[in-house]
Amino acid sequence: MKKTLAAVLSAAMAVSMIAAVPAMADDDVLTIGFAQLGAESGWRDAETNDINTYNEEHDDVEFLFSDAQQQQANQIDNIRSYIQQGVDVIAFPPVVETGWEGVLQEAQDAGIPVILVDRGVDENTPEDLYATVISSDFVWEGGQAAQLLVDAMGGAGKVVELEGTVGASAANERKEGFDKYIEDNCPDVEIIESQSGNFTRAEGKEVMEAALKSYDEIDGVFAHNDDMALGAIEAIKEAGLKPGEDIKIVGCDGIMGAFEAMVAGEMNGTVECNPCLAAQIVETAQKLVAGEEVEKWVKSNDGVFSADTAEEDIKTRSY
Amino acid sequence: MKKFRQSLEFKPILFFILILLFCGIVSGGSFFKVSIVDGHLYGRLIDIIRNGSKYMILAIGMTMVLATGGTDISVGSVMAISGAMACSIVDERILLFLHGNVPAAVALALLCGVVCGTWNGFLVAKLKVQPIVATMILLTAGRGIAQLIADGKIVTITSEQYYLINGGYFLGLPVPFYIAMAMLVIALIITKGTAFGVAVESIGINANSSRLAGIKVERNLWLIYIFCGLMASLAGILESAGIKGADCNNCGLMIEMDGILAVAIGGTSLSGGRFSIISSVFGALIVQTISTMIYSFGVTPELTKVVKALVVIVICLFQSPEFVGRIRGLFKGQKKGAAA
Repeated sequence: MKKTLAAVLSAAMAVSMIAAVPAMADDDVLTIGFAQLGAESGWRDAETNDINTYNEEHDDVEFLFSDAQQQQANQIDNIRSYIQQGVDVIAFPPVVETGWEGVLQEAQDAGIPVILVDRGVDENTPEDLYATVISSDFVWEGGQAAQLLVDAMGGAGKVVELEGTVGASAANERKEGFDKYIEDNCPDVEIIESQSGNFTRAEGKEVMEAALKSYDEIDGVFAHNDDMALGAIEAIKEAGLKPGEDIKIVGCDGIMGAFEAMVAGEMNGTVECNPCLAAQIVETAQKLVAGEEVEKWVKSNDGVFSADTAEEDIKTRSY
Repeated sequence: MKKFRQSLEFKPILFFILILLFCGIVSGGSFFKVSIVDGHLYGRLIDIIRNGSKYMILAIGMTMVLATGGTDISVGSVMAISGAMACSIVDERILLFLHGNVPAAVALALLCGVVCGTWNGFLVAKLKVQPIVATMILLTAGRGIAQLIADGKIVTITSEQYYLINGGYFLGLPVPFYIAMAMLVIALIITKGTAFGVAVESIGINANSSRLAGIKVERNLWLIYIFCGLMASLAGILESAGIKGADCNNCGLMIEMDGILAVAIGGTSLSGGRFSIISSVFGALIVQTISTMIYSFGVTPELTKVVKALVVIVICLFQSPEFVGRIRGLFKGQKKGAAA
């Protein structure tokens, strides 16, 4: 009954943007206030769904949920109301990087530890104001993608890299990890072109179209996200080549479209950027409440998927 | 010949040829290389006319709006709406009774453009809201509408029939190019073949005196915004067909600026009056050629925007009579000096 009530209330909250939730501080239940930033992407929806599912399936944890609709002011209001309700732990993905000192200080004064989820705050925010960050290790993802691609190419070949938006941390760090792996381990692999496709399908396609005309031989493509990889697939087909065979393709994120492409044999692998973080949030929150030490950066459990197992993997994908 | 040199079309065509020549020379001729792949033409020039088609179509609609002294900054969002509409229908996510029928999806997507244009036209022509403010409403709200239609997801489709709208070829040339040319011909017939073109120009110069002279300003303005919305929805269909999906967050993002830029490079004044649709089409081709050029020369990602800006600045400088006058003056001064 309580669950249903909470579910109804959180749904009402998401609609009305009012984060008034009655205090439900129960001693044997771990209460986590999750101030979601919005619902701007499928990835974000998957994250929200995972929280809701976890909430329904577990009795010992109570997630309070609110939606800030991409507004920092709303998110701060929601966090404040969690502080007033005296939740055990607050978790939230900061919608922007700056301007959190005030509300983080309030949480600290109230003795409530804060977990930043899937995004960080800028380095000028004092680190002791939050307990930890749970997020992906983009450098690791880049390295894993490199390994996938090199394996698919048989250890040698010429690679085109489709970069994400210039300056985005996901782009910079995936590039760093990818380039480093290639440099350290693969003397026969050459990155012949590296251009930004802005994380979009349309631009990924356009950059790939141009690259296909610049080079007679391309053996592999690494795209900083799956959408650009899907764009590149179309460009490769138009050039009369077979994506996944003539040119191997690896992306990042692990979206459904990438798995469909892998099943169709047009893509060779993807490195997941896991949105299903509820279990890790709870685990970290339990440690924090118990007073245990927690690393300042908890790396989320990202999976590596290759086309060989795509047909099985696709059944378990939620986004 | 002199008449052509003084026409609005002269400079954009010249710039287009110059940029192409520049690319050709720097690339050692490989920029112009066109081969035959799978029975159709394949090369950078083909990329330019295919990827440039959406800019051409947008520029055709935008030219008329700008010629009336207005502007439409909602075209990118309208593209997102029409793309979301078409792809959601083709993928049988909405309107299931259509069974993913592609022509019906395209027709309904175009209808979305007409509805958006009607809304813009209503605000501008009837309620006399300033065009930039009026169209800002759809600029911001439009993506939300698109997200609603697509249920907040990137809709990926597999329909080969829908894909042909962008990726198909007819007589070796890409289908979108024919669509763009058809729109150009229609727009030219409307503006040159009827009094409509004169009315557009007249409204742009002085709406009040046009009204006194008996031109139905309201009705014409309304029609122009509807036409612009229709062109935007067509561009949205092309874009979504090209990537086999509707990406509501990114489809046509900031493209209103490229559309206005194409018209500006084409020499049509943004304050209204004299306009040339052909010039704008060449302006659109120039916009596309710049990005194809940047990609093909391997400019580092950090610098691509700078290079684009530099090329645009140079073109705009040479569109400025003041600047060209001064340059001429400089050369004349030198000649005089040499003679003395």
